[in-house]
Amino acid sequence: MRNYFDSYIVLVALLLVGGGIVGGGLTANRLLRPDRPTLEKLTTYECGVDPVGEGWAHSYVRYYVFAYLYVVFAVDAVFLFPWATVFSAPGYGLTTLGEMFVFLAFLAAGLAYAGRKGVLSWV
Amino acid sequence: MLEVVVKLALVAAAFAVLPLLVGQAEHKVMAHMQGRLGPMYAGAFHGWAQLVADGVKFAQKEDVVPRAADRWVFKLAPGVALVPYLLVLIVVPIGPGGQVVLDLGLGLFFALAVMGVGVIGAIMAGWASANKYSLLGGMRVAAQLMSYELPMVFAASSVAMAAGTLSLQGVVGEWRWWWLPWQAVGAVVFFVAGLAELRRPPFDMPVADSEIIFGPYTEYGGLRFALFILAEYAGIVVLCALTTVLFLGGWKGPFLNTELGWLWTSLKVAVLAFLVIWLRVSYPRMREDQLQKLAWAYLVPLSLVQLAVTGVLKVVLG
Repeated sequence: MRNYFDSYIVLVALLLVGGGIVGGGLTANRLLRPDRPTLEKLTTYECGVDPVGEGWAHSYVRYYVFAYLYVVFAVDAVFLFPWATVFSAPGYGLTTLGEMFVFLAFLAAGLAYAGRKGVLSWV
Repeated sequence: MLEVVVKLALVAAAFAVLPLLVGQAEHKVMAHMQGRLGPMYAGAFHGWAQLVADGVKFAQKEDVVPRAADRWVFKLAPGVALVPYLLVLIVVPIGPGGQVVLDLGLGLFFALAVMGVGVIGAIMAGWASANKYSLLGGMRVAAQLMSYELPMVFAASSVAMAAGTLSLQGVVGEWRWWWLPWQAVGAVVFFVAGLAELRRPPFDMPVADSEIIFGPYTEYGGLRFALFILAEYAGIVVLCALTTVLFLGGWKGPFLNTELGWLWTSLKVAVLAFLVIWLRVSYPRMREDQLQKLAWAYLVPLSLVQLAVTGVLKVVLG
């Protein structure tokens, strides 16, 4: 177990290096760049016209159904990975292959259902 | 200990240099393919200094944070967009044996998960800018991630099935030349979905300049903007490296795999990077609904077919 976490220490080290690259770059940049904010400069940029209302406008997110589809499929897909490494191991073979087709059939049926319901066509 | 430090330094160096090389290549390839004269002047010979000039320009620009913006998220976003691509490089093997920083047991899973984080940087930028166009751009980024992550994951797990391991080192070890036709559909799906995740043309709807200025990056300037651009090129390097390792046999070449492994890997990555640039020059931007349709009506079913083909062949042969 100890070894398992040891390998992730390298990852943390690299994360720190990455943070250092970005942070160091921005700090060095602070010395180079001018800093003269004016009221106009700090205005939100929208095609040169002064913005009306606030930026976090309400809008109709048309693809929220895609989000549902994605969540459903992605949760399924996560289980593919551990399964993928063992499915052809000795003693599994045809059984696990059959299970895969059950899995694929579920996904395909879900996709076909969404398509029939008109979710996948936009306009 | 020393070995790990050296390897980390090498990864950091590769991360600093390779994206710039891709950027420079893009300048030149696009200039030649489209007859653009702009990037051919700086530094006299062939405009070699264009990238340097760009860097100097970015470094001396003022860092403007709009008054209405969500300050912290706005400033953090470029880092979130860039650093994940550095982290992915840690599991990418460039040669056999120990020529990888960290041979993670679930390397493939790790790479896909961390690559997804990079996209969050763009969504953060879109939200934090408090700009209607940025928000729309951020929403488009989110939509694109959701649609294209799925075929990408399926295509990648097809390789995991074929290799019987999630370690990227292990995948290349198992790779044989006949995987090329066997996994061809998966390779195309993976590459295309990856391009869409990076928001590269023709999938650059989120930054469509004729509609929403520059999408999530509209309010950015100076070095923070440059970091976003750098993240895009780092993303190209990572995507090409992953495609190479998963589908094109990584370090395996016609001869001398052990000694010249790094060369074969780099060559394949370079060719794929060229392809990415070529696609940008050749195809017009897709409309938002075409984007979604391509993912759900073509890529997802194709990747499911690839899973079936991989499974059947693996069981029959094994």
